[in-house]
Amino acid sequence: MKAGIVVFPGINRERDMAIALAQAAGSAPRMIWHRETDLEGLDLVVIPGGFSYGDYLRCGAMAARSPVMDAIRAHAARGGAVLGVCNGFQILIEAGLLPGALLRNASLRFLSCDCWLRVERTDTIFTDHWQRGAVFRSPMAHGDGNYFADDPTLDRLEGEGLVAFRYVTEQGEATTTACRNGSVRNIAGILSPNRRVLGLMPHPEDLVDPLMGGTDGQPLFHGLAAALAA
Amino acid sequence: MKAVVSVTLKPGVLDPQGKAIAQALHNLGFSSVTDVRVGKRITVQTTETDPAAAHAQAEEMARKLLANTVIESFQVEIVP
Repeated sequence: MKAGIVVFPGINRERDMAIALAQAAGSAPRMIWHRETDLEGLDLVVIPGGFSYGDYLRCGAMAARSPVMDAIRAHAARGGAVLGVCNGFQILIEAGLLPGALLRNASLRFLSCDCWLRVERTDTIFTDHWQRGAVFRSPMAHGDGNYFADDPTLDRLEGEGLVAFRYVTEQGEATTTACRNGSVRNIAGILSPNRRVLGLMPHPEDLVDPLMGGTDGQPLFHGLAAALAA
Repeated sequence: MKAVVSVTLKPGVLDPQGKAIAQALHNLGFSSVTDVRVGKRITVQTTETDPAAAHAQAEEMARKLLANTVIESFQVEIVP
């Protein structure tokens, strides 16, 4: 798997992402500066977390209009795999690659804590190393992760099975209290219609080594490495 | 010419900041307050001299960048 990580000014989780990708793929990902426009030869483009452009205007709004985004749109249109985590999810939404919006957390507080996620479908390149309905732990750290979309969009996402992960209790129940940022229908991550673009708020890349406190996030990266192996 | 773009959350979109401010206003004794919504006001200075053209440009700017029309609506006002 040839992976690249896009770096915008203000992004700060690219090294964590590189560790997770290198561990799964066996080779270091390419770092892509936001002014670059050549993504030739990449199987997977990852937009990591952070605070691109200081979250000016709206989280992800500036990054979504930067030169590399047209190349990422073209990569996605070719059926290329794209993963956006945290600010990367916000950027994918602002760029129109995924629907909806991410609002300020309902509590108005920045949330830095662990959450539990339930895998909603396993026939995707991102999730096929989990069992259907599997529940795993993931760190999260964001101020604007409150997923919102209008009802027709939500019904389409649900109808087409494009919700990848939901916030749940450790036992796997999608309760209101398990969804600390207030996301509608407990949505933590969504897929594009061709299921090759995934955006999610939590950080599975930060739980891929016993030294990090667990390996719950590993299936995402091992699944990608297996699916996108040359 | 100056364009003033007001960006506000659409009705029905939860505004937790507005809710917190409404609560604080109640705490200050403004008991008549029933709702608060928070928005942004963006002023754009342009070299455009035709008000209609400036208005059309500002609307395009709002659609493309200044507002996220999934959750926000906007209003443009041209000031000489």
